Amino acid sequence: MLDLRKYHSIGEALRDALETWPTEICLIESDRGEEKLRLTYDNFKNRAQPLAKALQELGIVPGDRVSVIMTNQSKWLISAYAVFFCGATLVPLDFKLKAEEQWQLLKHCGAKTLITEYGIWRQLAASPGRASARNLQAILATEAPENADLDGALRWEQTRGALPPVFTPQKRHDVASIVYSSGTGGTPKGCMMTHENYLEQCTALTSLYPFWPGVRYLSILPTNHAIDFMVGFFGPFTCGAAVVHLRTLRPEYVREAFSKYKITYVSVVPLVLKNLQKGLQARFDELPQSKRKALAAVRKINRMLTRDRPRLWLSRKLLKQVHSAFGGKLEAIIVGGAFTEPQTLQFFYDLGIPVANGYGLTEAGTAVTVNDLKPFRADTVGKPLPGMEIGIRNQDADGIGEVTIRSKTVMSGYLHEPGLTAETIVDGWLHTGDMGRFDSSGHLQLFGRKKNMIVTEEGKNVYAEDIEQAFDGLKVKEFCVFAANYIWPQRTMVNEKLLLVIHLEPGQVFSDELAAEISVRNSRLTNYKRVHGLVLYHEDFPLTASLKIKRGELAQHLGKLDREPSILPI
Amino acid sequence: MRTIEQTTQEILELAAKQFKVPAGSLAPGDDFYKKLGIDSLQALEMLSRLENHFKIELPDYEVQGVNDFKTLAERIQARL
Repeated sequence: MLDLRKYHSIGEALRDALETWPTEICLIESDRGEEKLRLTYDNFKNRAQPLAKALQELGIVPGDRVSVIMTNQSKWLISAYAVFFCGATLVPLDFKLKAEEQWQLLKHCGAKTLITEYGIWRQLAASPGRASARNLQAILATEAPENADLDGALRWEQTRGALPPVFTPQKRHDVASIVYSSGTGGTPKGCMMTHENYLEQCTALTSLYPFWPGVRYLSILPTNHAIDFMVGFFGPFTCGAAVVHLRTLRPEYVREAFSKYKITYVSVVPLVLKNLQKGLQARFDELPQSKRKALAAVRKINRMLTRDRPRLWLSRKLLKQVHSAFGGKLEAIIVGGAFTEPQTLQFFYDLGIPVANGYGLTEAGTAVTVNDLKPFRADTVGKPLPGMEIGIRNQDADGIGEVTIRSKTVMSGYLHEPGLTAETIVDGWLHTGDMGRFDSSGHLQLFGRKKNMIVTEEGKNVYAEDIEQAFDGLKVKEFCVFAANYIWPQRTMVNEKLLLVIHLEPGQVFSDELAAEISVRNSRLTNYKRVHGLVLYHEDFPLTASLKIKRGELAQHLGKLDREPSILPI
Repeated sequence: MRTIEQTTQEILELAAKQFKVPAGSLAPGDDFYKKLGIDSLQALEMLSRLENHFKIELPDYEVQGVNDFKTLAERIQARL
């Protein structure tokens, strides 16, 4: 691995990586079971350099923002490399957002250039949001059919500079990337991540979960997500490892990829892990009783023999069939983005497949704690990574308080939001809004949130306030959206739901028409942003002098109601 | 060539069969996440079956943000 302590920027480290392992494979791209592309680090360089030159010829200078909206594929990483080479700031956006949401963020970050796929560009170009993002000067679209109308975009494949590009150095504290942790309905939260944030995070993570030439990382999480950017791009590249992309994420192709490419690591969100567990369990249940009993016995033996630490070679022998289905080379599944239930983690560990469970947030540069598996602890999110200071503020009698973080991986702030930044980072400590405590062996345990937000099992942060726009103009006196666990703290990270609280006009009854209106508006929201229930509140909402709802005070009033009987279905 | 109505009907029947809900209980305007009680991964499994049935390939970006059978039918119809 490169010694990242001596580097000043992502671009500088990546540039050296391409020189260090020219003949190693860095990227494999497969579509529907068919391998489409295999690149060495040298091949990668030959594709990225002309793009970097073209970006420079388009007028991209250090500090300019260049956005990438792509599915996970080789051109995502090639484009990002070119952006860093030019000293520009990368703004990776979620390709799953709706076009109008993408335009909102493109405008918010002031992107000068957008690099995307033709299919995504068609949807963006047709969206009315296009008119408002005047900051965007150039669009590069890849994979456009030969005679396609590019609607003002340039072909990525033909955007090539003839001469070598000039590498533009950056300083450690310069902003490398703006990563949106959430917020397209209300306040977009664009985390300004510095080069130092990434260099330090990568050093810390790889000290526990190393990559090396020959490692194959299966990239399933969207690369705009902080986790995949780190372990599906920057981490493997600075260690000479390879990243495997699947252009079509259907379960059958994902399953096939494990054995076909002998995958070493994969990152998933808890929802996917739970699904994998369900699938495996269903297969086990179908076994004849004698085999089921034998499997249970072997799992028990494996659990006993790996009590103090994983012994992969042994587990692979004991549970050969299970491990073969995962390719036989899997070192660990990295799970992140949201809270994972302990029984799911234990299920995999008993099969001899360690799950690297941790805790982190975009604002802190991905991971802050990770389970080191010595021994495996399903009930915690592990110990702090090297270089992370974690505090527990305002502890209650049980030692539970707000988790705060101080480290070189903490973002420099939220873009265009100095007030929010000052509230979030106080005296160098990032206030996470998550409640936790350390146990006697130094492992962090989490107990719910202080913030009015939820994190879905798919790893999406949803701030309750951001959802309210969908109900604007609703014919009621007033309404507000809350996370149920914010109103009724549960000391748990599971069962998180959003609720719509409404206060009717005097004399107004809750009619079928109103219920239908709420249901229709709710269904227009992306599925993970939908509210799960309704609470009818019969008093005026407490307001500030400027007529804003005092959310904290209202939540306290609501908290006096009984939780379950108060929540009506939508 | 199928009409959009036929395509929609076939999708509804396949979804009902796959997720074991009564045939005829699904309507074109239904939100399949809500009506079938499925998550995004199960929706991908449904897409795989639909691709096999209609013998088409639907790129992932084409079905991003699609929640209802009617829109799904339109996307499939465009590729038939």
